[in-house]
Amino acid sequence: MKAIIADHLVKTYRNGEVRALDNLSLDVAEGTVLSVLGPNGAGKTTVVRILTTLLTPDSGSASVGGIDVIKHPDKVREIIGLSGQYAAVDETLTGMDNLVMFGRLYHLGKKAAILRADELLERFSLTDSARRPIKTYSGGMRRRLDLAASLIVQPKVLFLDEPTTGLDPRGRQEMWGVIEELVKGGVTLLLTTQYLDEADQLADDIAVIDHGKVIARGTSDALKTQVGGERLEVVVDQQHVGATMEIVSRVSGQKASLDEGLRLISAPVTTGAGALIEVLRSLDTAGIHPLDVGLKRPSLDDVFMSLTGHAAEDEVKELDTGKRSGRKSKKDKKVKGANA
Amino acid sequence: MRALTDALIITKRQLLQLARVPEVLIFSTIQPVMFVLLFRYVFGGSINTGQPGGYVQLLMPGIFVQTTAFTLAATASGLAEDMTKGLIDRFRSLPISRSALVFGRTLGDGLLNVVVLFVMGIAGFLVGWRPTSGPVKIGLAFIFLLAFGYALSWVGIFAGLSARDYRVVQNVSFLITFPLTFLSNAFAPTTGMPRALQYVAEWNPVSTMVAACRELFGLKNQFGATAGSFPSEHPLPMSLIYMVLILLVFVPLSVRKYTHAAKK
Repeated sequence: MKAIIADHLVKTYRNGEVRALDNLSLDVAEGTVLSVLGPNGAGKTTVVRILTTLLTPDSGSASVGGIDVIKHPDKVREIIGLSGQYAAVDETLTGMDNLVMFGRLYHLGKKAAILRADELLERFSLTDSARRPIKTYSGGMRRRLDLAASLIVQPKVLFLDEPTTGLDPRGRQEMWGVIEELVKGGVTLLLTTQYLDEADQLADDIAVIDHGKVIARGTSDALKTQVGGERLEVVVDQQHVGATMEIVSRVSGQKASLDEGLRLISAPVTTGAGALIEVLRSLDTAGIHPLDVGLKRPSLDDVFMSLTGHAAEDEVKELDTGKRSGRKSKKDKKVKGANA
Repeated sequence: MRALTDALIITKRQLLQLARVPEVLIFSTIQPVMFVLLFRYVFGGSINTGQPGGYVQLLMPGIFVQTTAFTLAATASGLAEDMTKGLIDRFRSLPISRSALVFGRTLGDGLLNVVVLFVMGIAGFLVGWRPTSGPVKIGLAFIFLLAFGYALSWVGIFAGLSARDYRVVQNVSFLITFPLTFLSNAFAPTTGMPRALQYVAEWNPVSTMVAACRELFGLKNQFGATAGSFPSEHPLPMSLIYMVLILLVFVPLSVRKYTHAAKK
């Protein structure tokens, strides 16, 4: 059973000049997580706004939990939770005030609303700050409270629109932990992100969108395979480059390529660890000691690049320190991993 | 019924905001009190009204109306801020009636006006304002003022939902309400204005409201009824007509705007 279906959605702005969604179709099976991945302006938020009844498409149809979002928006609102790009809570009120207010608006009784608020504050480690105004919260805490507000009635289908945009690396990690917990609880989740590692980490399935269209769909592994398999990479001293090229080319069966600056020799392989062992053995026999050697699986960055011809974050306009540091720390990790 | 309780929850939110940041309420009452003192003691001495009790009797109804008109700016900027911060999106994704949010907000503004008018009344009394018409008519005048404030808060709702940025809204609403309240009979007789302006001032809903309140507080409406225009002759029915017109136009417009609201 599909919990979310979007069928040929079209949405244009400024009298058709801007085509935010261009015949976009996607679906999410019940109890699974779909990540909608794409750069800024790809149409991610527009899809979410249509599916959560905030926006009407120009054409096409959509349903959530089997209910038509255009014909019965009221019924859809009863089964969904939405947490947007901004922490949509009242900043002058306390965390408790906010959750009780939203609880009441979800038609919980006074006592039930307070109980539920307590529960959620506890679950998102906000109990200590429950009586403080949101203004005093950190970015990560605001997002967690915002997420808590969207979980008040245990929605069947949850929409998270860029849940970690603008958070610092620690805030992101915390948010990921919280989302992973939710997913274990069996909720159907549609999550938009412009972070490839986030999609990789959280989603069962990924829909890559660009210019209002789904340009690829599949599991993270499937998408990576689509771009190409593993590559074997060896870094050696300058004097051994020639000999190493020969060895790698022989094991791979294809001519190895060389990055002269890094003295990095690489070639596609199909036998994985076997190829790695074979290359190491040959290098050892030849008396060559590699400075670094490894198998590299294509990252989602590579996937995006090969699908769209541009990097995922090309269109990110805003200077956002949170995003930058988030990216950097990921790259650091990658380098460390390769050296290990 | 459901819609009403939802609206009341929104109203309660506004009261909670005031409880959490009481400065807002304090400053929104200090400003009109300051106006009372300025007009009463700076201009009051030089304006000869020929009215027993002096200028303050004519001034207070003017200040009351001005104060209720100024709350429009607070409504507008509050709503625009909710919009910018994505709160409107959240409310719209909840299973609540479409009108609950805007309706609840106008109720909250109405309650705020009750408090502000009460403080203003006391301030007026302290500087010599003495309505002479008796409790029923005085009560009616305040109900009239609250109704006017309520109608205007729907204009504020519409302005707030139409705005692109909440920081702009407050300034724009002030730019509109400030001349609107001064281009009237609230602080000076319309007779001193150039002919064309005099007509504008007399058709201005603020003037009809002020004149109506003066009547209800037991004053001869001296600052009006000069050009012989219809509104200055019939301030009470004219004010009622204005309120109904404002509500008829802005309630549906605001609800529609909210339903189709998109975060900017």
